[in-house]
Amino acid sequence: METTKQISALGLLSGGLDSMLAVRLLQEQGIRVECVNFYTGFCIQSHTGAMRNPEPGASPPRHDALHAAQLLGIKLHMVDIAEEYVRIVTDPKHGYGSHLNPCLDCKIFMVSKAWALKEQLGFDFIFTGEVLGQRPMSQRRENLPHIEREAGVEGWLLRPLCATRIKPTEPEKRGWVDRQRLKGFSGRGRRPQMALAAQFGLHDYPSPAGGCCFLTDVNYSRKLQDLWNFRGERAYSMEDIVLLKAGRHLRPAPRFKVIVGRDETENHFLAGIHGANKGDAVRCQGRWALHAVDLPGPLLLVEGHPSEEDLTLACRLTARFGQGRRQAAVRVAIEGNGRQEVRTVVPLPADEIPAEWYL
Amino acid sequence: MVVEPVPDRYLDVRQLLCPLPIIRAEAAMTGMATGAVLAICATDPGLSRDLPAWCAVNGHQFLGIKIQGRELMGWVAKG
Ligand code: SF4
Repeated sequence: METTKQISALGLLSGGLDSMLAVRLLQEQGIRVECVNFYTGFCIQSHTGAMRNPEPGASPPRHDALHAAQLLGIKLHMVDIAEEYVRIVTDPKHGYGSHLNPCLDCKIFMVSKAWALKEQLGFDFIFTGEVLGQRPMSQRRENLPHIEREAGVEGWLLRPLCATRIKPTEPEKRGWVDRQRLKGFSGRGRRPQMALAAQFGLHDYPSPAGGCCFLTDVNYSRKLQDLWNFRGERAYSMEDIVLLKAGRHLRPAPRFKVIVGRDETENHFLAGIHGANKGDAVRCQGRWALHAVDLPGPLLLVEGHPSEEDLTLACRLTARFGQGRRQAAVRVAIEGNGRQEVRTVVPLPADEIPAEWYL
Repeated sequence: MVVEPVPDRYLDVRQLLCPLPIIRAEAAMTGMATGAVLAICATDPGLSRDLPAWCAVNGHQFLGIKIQGRELMGWVAKG
């Protein structure tokens, strides 16, 4: 007896509503679905939640795609592409969006990675939850075929939420997917998606306001650009991009910057990053941790090539942001690069911190 | 959880942020026998929600999690 093979598809799941709806639309057609979620190092996820003191009564942060997969009853492949992604961010062929977001290159890269996984796992096609015209760069009508072509998947990338507005794909032409049961959503409005979510009984999804990644964030992009400017090259380590998410960043001089912990959890996080590198002479080269002795206050990291005067200034900033700010003198401990010492300094008055130091 | 499971393998993912603890746990699982226990030590508070979800999604058995100050210790049996 001949059995019909169940069609299977691999989707890119961000954990947002659109990708969840795309999964449901295919599941409704009896297609077996699994998804992939890529970790680029810039995913917003719950990093800020993990680094700051929790709001009273707030639940711990969570990984949206993982919880979406649980809700949808599908397997999720979580893949770390952060190292390879460096070249996408530092040298994007198609340039950046409004900040340092290389959305077009990023989409092409992710689609080609998803295709490679699809081939490895033996799925029939790949899909995304993209909506035509929802995002300015990567979801413009003229860019959609371009993404497929450059990723080498022409005709094999289905977009169930806007399929009826674009050319039929192979899975539709071959009758694996019924085009009539797909959607033709377009634009930035969320109403049709929310109506479809209600129809599918999906209520637990993250708000779209959270955004996709830190690269679309103006403040984050400014700090990354500053890092590149002062290092004289477009390059970053995994630790650099994590540190850009934590603390208040000030650059008093081109040769050094400081990162000031804003609460106890963040101080602890920064101390952990610094402490984790203590035994690693290469990685902790050019980084010092400062904190006031016997007084509550921030942990401050100094990065770069500070002079002795610069380190004293950093000590005065440490005192300024701590509870000893009104004292005549504060003792500040400096630790890093094989040095351990305590300097007694006068806290820097607020009006001696120029606004342009803040990144 | 009354008795802490005895791990076959121990994974230290302190200082790593979501989703790296889970990605590292997934990698640590490869090569482990079905039923073998992985202990995961983390500082990202999200692990308390992500570990049970990851087990549910990927067919592992969630054995429990213990929060001690800023550190979390979770146990998973490979499914
Ligand atoms: S917002 Fe970030 S993750 Fe999303 S496509 Fe753009 S660069 Fe890629």
